[in-house]
Amino acid sequence: MSALVVEQLLNGLQFGIMLFLLAAGLTLVFGIMGVINLAHGSLFMVGAYAAALVAQASGHWWLGLLAGLAAAAATGMVVEVAVLRRLYARDHLDQVLATFGLILFFNQGITMLFGRQPLLVQLPPGFAGSIEIMPGLPYPSFRLLIIAVGLLVALGLYWLIQHTRIGMLVRAGATHRDMVRALGVDIRALYTVVFGLGALLAGLAGVMAGPVSNVQVGMGEQILILTFVVVVIGGIGSVRGALFGALLVGVTQTLLSGFVPGWLRQVMAGSEADALGAALSSMGVYVLMAVVLLVKPRGLFPAHA
Amino acid sequence: MRNALPLAVLLAGAIALPWAAEALGQPATIGLATRILCLGIAAASLNLILGHGGMVSFGHALYYGLGAYTVGILWEHFRLGEPIFGVIPGSNELLVTLPIAMLVAGVAAAVIGALSLRTSGVQFIMITLAFAQMGFFLFVGLKAYGGDDGLLVRRRNLVPGLDLRQPDQLYWLCLGFLVAWLFLQWRIVGSRFGRVLEGIRQNERRMAAIGIATYRYKLAGFVIAGMGCGLAGALTANELRFVSPDLMAWQKSGEIMVMVILGGVGTLLGPVVGAAALVGMEYVLGGITENWQFFLGPILLAVVLWAPGGIMGLLGRGARRG
Repeated sequence: MSALVVEQLLNGLQFGIMLFLLAAGLTLVFGIMGVINLAHGSLFMVGAYAAALVAQASGHWWLGLLAGLAAAAATGMVVEVAVLRRLYARDHLDQVLATFGLILFFNQGITMLFGRQPLLVQLPPGFAGSIEIMPGLPYPSFRLLIIAVGLLVALGLYWLIQHTRIGMLVRAGATHRDMVRALGVDIRALYTVVFGLGALLAGLAGVMAGPVSNVQVGMGEQILILTFVVVVIGGIGSVRGALFGALLVGVTQTLLSGFVPGWLRQVMAGSEADALGAALSSMGVYVLMAVVLLVKPRGLFPAHA
Repeated sequence: MRNALPLAVLLAGAIALPWAAEALGQPATIGLATRILCLGIAAASLNLILGHGGMVSFGHALYYGLGAYTVGILWEHFRLGEPIFGVIPGSNELLVTLPIAMLVAGVAAAVIGALSLRTSGVQFIMITLAFAQMGFFLFVGLKAYGGDDGLLVRRRNLVPGLDLRQPDQLYWLCLGFLVAWLFLQWRIVGSRFGRVLEGIRQNERRMAAIGIATYRYKLAGFVIAGMGCGLAGALTANELRFVSPDLMAWQKSGEIMVMVILGGVGTLLGPVVGAAALVGMEYVLGGITENWQFFLGPILLAVVLWAPGGIMGLLGRGARRG
């Protein structure tokens, strides 16, 4: 395999991991509480902003990481207690409208506080360079860090969900919600904890995304739609599905945008090929999702029997 | 028809609006009101499948954009004098562009609906969104029609006997289409077909059990709604004299859905009231502060939490939901 293909595969893996961090929280909230939370992207943005600002002010990237995680988790839990808790019994329509309102609120709030100018984030010390992973192929070590952290999170989530009491309740809640409630479990507290966990992961994704892309208002919505694609492809409520779907979407998207414009350039003019190639590769994941849903309407790994 | 009198008053007020705007020295209001009428048609068409058929389409702006682009592309080829694919001549006649816009939107809705309606629930929401996103990125990539810069329509379409360059004449035309569309939809909802849709919303399994092929009814509703939204888009292209992929972005789909819920799901006038409320709030709050979205968000939240029937529900005219 050529170095270019390996590099694009790694980029796809890194993007997929980022999507997984967002999709894991979203799919749990979807699967257990039955809530469509459009504001999940706002938590991603809150994490990125808190990390960038604290890192700038203190000069320590790792302090920024802690701040980003704490801010996202706290915001998520406040939102759950103040707003989403009232929406669990409502239909999807009300949830979409309410969380759409939350997006407007968060985006404009951040704009008012910090302006429209994107924030630049430094790479953490020790991860500013690149590592030669193959002869002739240096790869940024920060992106490798993202991949490693994401895989660790996936392992941690697997352990949490398969081998702890909270995880048992989460699994039970995803398939037999009413039975769990009937057995006397404090479902409200469980919901808040799960939502906080999802927000924490969204915040982690935001912190990690900071140095790779710009920290700016609207960054949450750009990635949110793709996250929904991941959740639906993987099967709502399934963390395993979220991991598989995220890697599939991440790699597909990256490979398409890496190679389609080049192929098109061989048959048409340069600028037109680039525009059409970008469009076709953006469409790719949606075609993938439509095909998956048509073949398996409940996603690849449906959590509900 | 116990509602006949208020409706007549409302219609008279809407007809008189351009004169009132001129008299008050606020001619810019006419353009704003025209935009509300166009979005009102779009929201009403979504309400047909969402409010009466229980199909939550999160990609309805696709048909809005397709309708608008039909007008834009026909204009572009009319301007250049080159037929599309060398066969179909361009046009600037509204009586030609409007039916074609509805046809294009209807065909797209038929294909997308036929595939999407195999799913339901959250999956249906997401698959309609996915198709709309495909359309959005397709038009972003079509450099021949402006890509993401969009396409200018230098002159509004021609209609025999009307001069659409006059804002008030365009307004009355859009008002006429809105009234016609609402009348059509009122007849549809009251018909046997409409009752079947309503039954499917309440319990699809029971409708299937009494021997109704629910898929066909849902698909027919989906196509009618797509055509209505195509009409709205074609009128919008004339109002704005500009089309761009933003017209079919997911935010637009969200906005149209917000209008339906804000006004009142499953009511005849609710979506139009919702469109007026949302555009009006944008205008009023936008005049007070540039951070109007910061206040609009919590207002939407409050509507969901404390006024589930939307504005029509507050007015005591909400639909009785089963």
